[in-house]
Amino acid sequence: MKRTDYPAVGETLYTAALSNGLPIFVVPKKGYRKCFAAFVTHYGGADRCFVLEGAEKDTPAGVAHYLEHKMFDMPEGNVLMRMEATGANANAFTSEAVTAYYFTCTQRFEEDLRLLLRFVSTPYFTQESVDKERGIISQEIRMYEDDPDDQVYMNLMRLLFAHNPLRDDVAGSVQSIQDITPQVLYDCHRMFYCPSNMALCVVGDVDPEAVERIAAEVLPAEKSPVPGRDYGPAESLEPVEKRCERRMEVSAPIFLAGLKLGAEPTGPEGQRERLIGSLALRCLYGKSSPAYLRLYDEGLLNATFSAGADYAAGEGFVVFGGESRDPDAVAKALLEAAADVGKNGFDPDLFQRQKKAVYGGRIRALGDFRGLGVAIAEGAFAGYQPLDGFQVLETITCDDASAWVRDHLVPERAALSVVLPREARG
Amino acid sequence: MRETRREVLPGVYLTCLQTDKFKTDILSVNLLTRLTRETAAQNALIPSVLRRGTVRWPDMDALAARLDGLYGARIEPTVRKKGEIQCVGFWADFVDDAWLPGGESLLEPVAELLGQLLLEPNTRGGLLLPQYVESEQQKLLEDIRARVNDKISYSRYRMTELMCPGEDYAVDVLGDEEQAESINYVALTRHYRALLASSPAEIFYCGSAEPARVERAVKEALATLPRGELDMDIGTDIRMNTVEEQPRVFTEELDVTQGKLAIGYRLGEVMEQPDMAALQVMNAVFGGYVSSKLFMNVREKLSLCYFASSGLDVMKGVMAVISGIEVSDYDKALAEIQRQLQAVKDGDITDEELNAAKLGLINDLLSAADSAGGLESFWLGQNLLGLEYGPEEMAALVEDVTKEDAVRAARTIQCDAVYFLRGTEEDAEDEEN
Repeated sequence: MKRTDYPAVGETLYTAALSNGLPIFVVPKKGYRKCFAAFVTHYGGADRCFVLEGAEKDTPAGVAHYLEHKMFDMPEGNVLMRMEATGANANAFTSEAVTAYYFTCTQRFEEDLRLLLRFVSTPYFTQESVDKERGIISQEIRMYEDDPDDQVYMNLMRLLFAHNPLRDDVAGSVQSIQDITPQVLYDCHRMFYCPSNMALCVVGDVDPEAVERIAAEVLPAEKSPVPGRDYGPAESLEPVEKRCERRMEVSAPIFLAGLKLGAEPTGPEGQRERLIGSLALRCLYGKSSPAYLRLYDEGLLNATFSAGADYAAGEGFVVFGGESRDPDAVAKALLEAAADVGKNGFDPDLFQRQKKAVYGGRIRALGDFRGLGVAIAEGAFAGYQPLDGFQVLETITCDDASAWVRDHLVPERAALSVVLPREARG
Repeated sequence: MRETRREVLPGVYLTCLQTDKFKTDILSVNLLTRLTRETAAQNALIPSVLRRGTVRWPDMDALAARLDGLYGARIEPTVRKKGEIQCVGFWADFVDDAWLPGGESLLEPVAELLGQLLLEPNTRGGLLLPQYVESEQQKLLEDIRARVNDKISYSRYRMTELMCPGEDYAVDVLGDEEQAESINYVALTRHYRALLASSPAEIFYCGSAEPARVERAVKEALATLPRGELDMDIGTDIRMNTVEEQPRVFTEELDVTQGKLAIGYRLGEVMEQPDMAALQVMNAVFGGYVSSKLFMNVREKLSLCYFASSGLDVMKGVMAVISGIEVSDYDKALAEIQRQLQAVKDGDITDEELNAAKLGLINDLLSAADSAGGLESFWLGQNLLGLEYGPEEMAALVEDVTKEDAVRAARTIQCDAVYFLRGTEEDAEDEEN
């Protein structure tokens, strides 16, 4: 395996690529009992349209997530129980862009790793088990329907995007999952769970060579082509609509504003672009930014506020929101703060100390095994290595951050989603 | 890892874990006080008001600039409920010396700032600033009212409140709305001074610094902590029996699509001499993991829910089960949950179930030992329970638990309250139309 050292932050990365196209990443952590491993496919809720044997397939919303639930079924039974029987804590999640299967364990790592690789590469679906899961997933969807944060987010996506699948919830709807059959799951597995479309990331006190050896043993040797996906025609930079609201059982208004960033940036240049964005957002809307502190002091924002950029399904977008008694005033004030930076630039002192804080935050993040492992997989799919970020961060200037705000955070690209409390019954 | 515990000031204990394993250090200061309806909201408000500004750093802008300059060190208010003890104070994390670019050191400046936040607030005429108190009081009220937004934790909170009338345990960690509304800055200042003077405290550090250096930094930071007559009468009353003979059933309505079922249990006489490891294994077999009886049956076998799990509070001797279900499945889900608990009591536990439960617990304990945050939380619990063993030793105790031990731990469990949160009738009718 190839070894890369990051002496300034005390990390080492081992990488390899198997003949079947699977990239492997190992970050050894000396002295830790805990090991984390994630087997991640570059396939998420947004990957709904693709070409299979020359035919265009359009799958229902929620397939990737449904597949995630059913992957744990093996001919010999549910593998989640088997992994727990070794003491491992196994789980999975589906986002718009990826599906990740992972475990943490403190013993019998190699056994668990074999199990992980084997069950994720073994599709086994019966009509009965697929039908049975519908009740469980319906309850999961029902849970999201009652979750105001989830609802305010989905409504925002529908404001921002005209046709991109980001408009649909990753889990789909109770309606859309009715049409999911074992055959649909088999097709999607065949397309997207080939090693060349996946990444294996391990963080812990393990032997990197052993990880590579086990993966080569368990997984098929042949290389399958990486499927192309279709998110429809390019989105414009402007939202479909500017504002929406709905009423739910909440104590105070909840809001989420979003701005479209355009095409998802990839490769090392894309990494730099993303880092500039996250640093700029911290300076502009972070918990120590002048805008946040002023609105907090005025009682218009509280600690539920957060801001960040996200990239999926070929698109980039910024979201910021939280609770506020006056969402429209807050959104307006925050966009004005962006306009002001666009005009005058960031205060260089503010930028320098925020950069220091970002360094500290990234050091802290190295202790989060799951976060690190998943970030490395996502980075692999977008063509960059997150651990290079420390060095890239050094090169980012105050002007870079100011220019990013000026070029991206303009009011024409913004939309506002609001959830209001129910009106008093009477 | 080297662990030390010393009384550094009267009633103030410092637990130090020296290790170079972590890149981020943790320092927390927790004042310990009785959780009561009258004082909970005031106590919860105090660290947030203090976090607004100190003599040296008079507002949040100055504090933010200072913390960003310390490589994004965080010092945040912490308010925790441990049994019937309310733990309030500050929680800090910061880059360990080894990973600071310029050979700098953050323990001393962070400890100093934490001490200033706790002891030297920005005041006028000796009183906390009214604008800070009022602003944070509004935010506390927002937080208290926002409990309803997360229907799962709201159901657990309502169940606990209804199950334990007359017990301090019924009080939420943030207190209640009425008490929070009645706070004013004069009374809060008085309460703050009394809290400082009378509370025992638990301080925790985990990082690469020598214990002697940590002790020096902490003593210096807290040099002006007033020490009056300490209220050592803190602890948790354990009620062994249920409030009524039969479980009390409570149903409430909100505009929701999914019903939430929360069931409260008393662990009973086993709490007279609790076997912590056996209790944990019992809970893990019943509903702690995906291999547990609740998940395997209520979810996997009957497809009634997406989640169904149980959790223990060993300080109070209670257990809670939470699940999200279709409203129409209420009877079926409740019956199945009670049936699974009976199976545990009857010793209907396979070797696989027992082993999976033990291994899951051991994995959690050893994982907690691999994170500074996990260790902080573990040791605060141990210190409050008067237990001296660390997560590795706890894991060894879990290893030795037999099926008989686990069954014995379940023997005296009794259901005390069933709480069901369901959609409003009005909405049910809408759906039919």
